[in-house]
Amino acid sequence: MPLTTTKFDPQAALAELRDKKPERVTLVVLSGDMDRVMAAFIIATGAASMGMRVTMFFTFWGLNAIRRPGARSAARDWLRRMFGFLNKGGADTLPLSRFHFGGLGTSMMKRVMKQNRMPGVAELMEMAKDLGVQFIACTTTLGLMGISKDTLIEGVDQFAGVSTYLAEAKDAQVNLFI
Amino acid sequence: MAFNADVKLDTLGLFCPMPIIKTSKKIKDLVVGQVLEVVSDDEGIKKDMPAWCETTGHEFLGLEEELNGRTMHYRTYVKKSK
Repeated sequence: MPLTTTKFDPQAALAELRDKKPERVTLVVLSGDMDRVMAAFIIATGAASMGMRVTMFFTFWGLNAIRRPGARSAARDWLRRMFGFLNKGGADTLPLSRFHFGGLGTSMMKRVMKQNRMPGVAELMEMAKDLGVQFIACTTTLGLMGISKDTLIEGVDQFAGVSTYLAEAKDAQVNLFI
Repeated sequence: MAFNADVKLDTLGLFCPMPIIKTSKKIKDLVVGQVLEVVSDDEGIKKDMPAWCETTGHEFLGLEEELNGRTMHYRTYVKKSK
C-alpha cells in the first residue's frame, strides 16, 4: 500500500479555524437604566467592529430597551396588563440609574449628548443591528412582565431561555452581566 | 514621519465607539496593502486603534498628533493586511 501524506499547514489551519470560530462575546442585559444599556451597546458595537460575534440576551428591565415605544401590552390578565402599562418601554424612555430626578436629569444628559453628537441608545441599537449583533429576548421574563412579542422592536433574532444563553456563553471569551 | 494614506476617514467630533465602528466599515472599501488614515479628536483612539488592529489583524502603522486650535487631532494610519 502506498504511503500517502497529506499536506498540513498549521498556520493556515489555525487561520481557518479562527475564521470559522470567531471570538465571541455575550452580554446579559438585565438593567433598563439608560447609562447601563448604553454601556452594553457600546461594548457590543465595539466588539462587533473588532470582528467578534456578539449576542445580547435581554431579560427583566433590559427588555424595555427593545420594546417599541408606545406599544400596548396585550397580556391576557389585567395584573400583567397593568404592569406592562406602568412599566414604560422604548429605547428613548430609559431613565438614568442615578440623577434621573423625575426625568429632569435624564433629559439634561440627553441634551449634552446631542450637543456632543454622541449616539443615544436608539442609535447605538440601530448600529448594533447593522453590525450583526444577535438579539435574544428572554421568554420567561417577557411573560412575567406582561410584554408580548408583538410589542417588541423588529429584529429580535431569537426568543429563548437560559440554555440558549449558556450554550452561547460557554464558547465565548467575554461574558458580561449588565 | 509622514505616512501616505490612500483613503482618509474623518471622525472628528465623534466619541467611542464611533471611530472604531466607522473604521471597521471603511476598511472593507480598501484593497489589501492600502493605507487608511483615521482622523479623530477623541484621545482614546491612541490606544483603541492599535487594539483594534491587533484584534482584527490589520497593521497599525503609526500615529500623528497635532494641535488644531484648542483641540488635539489624532491621525492614525492602518494598513489593510487581509
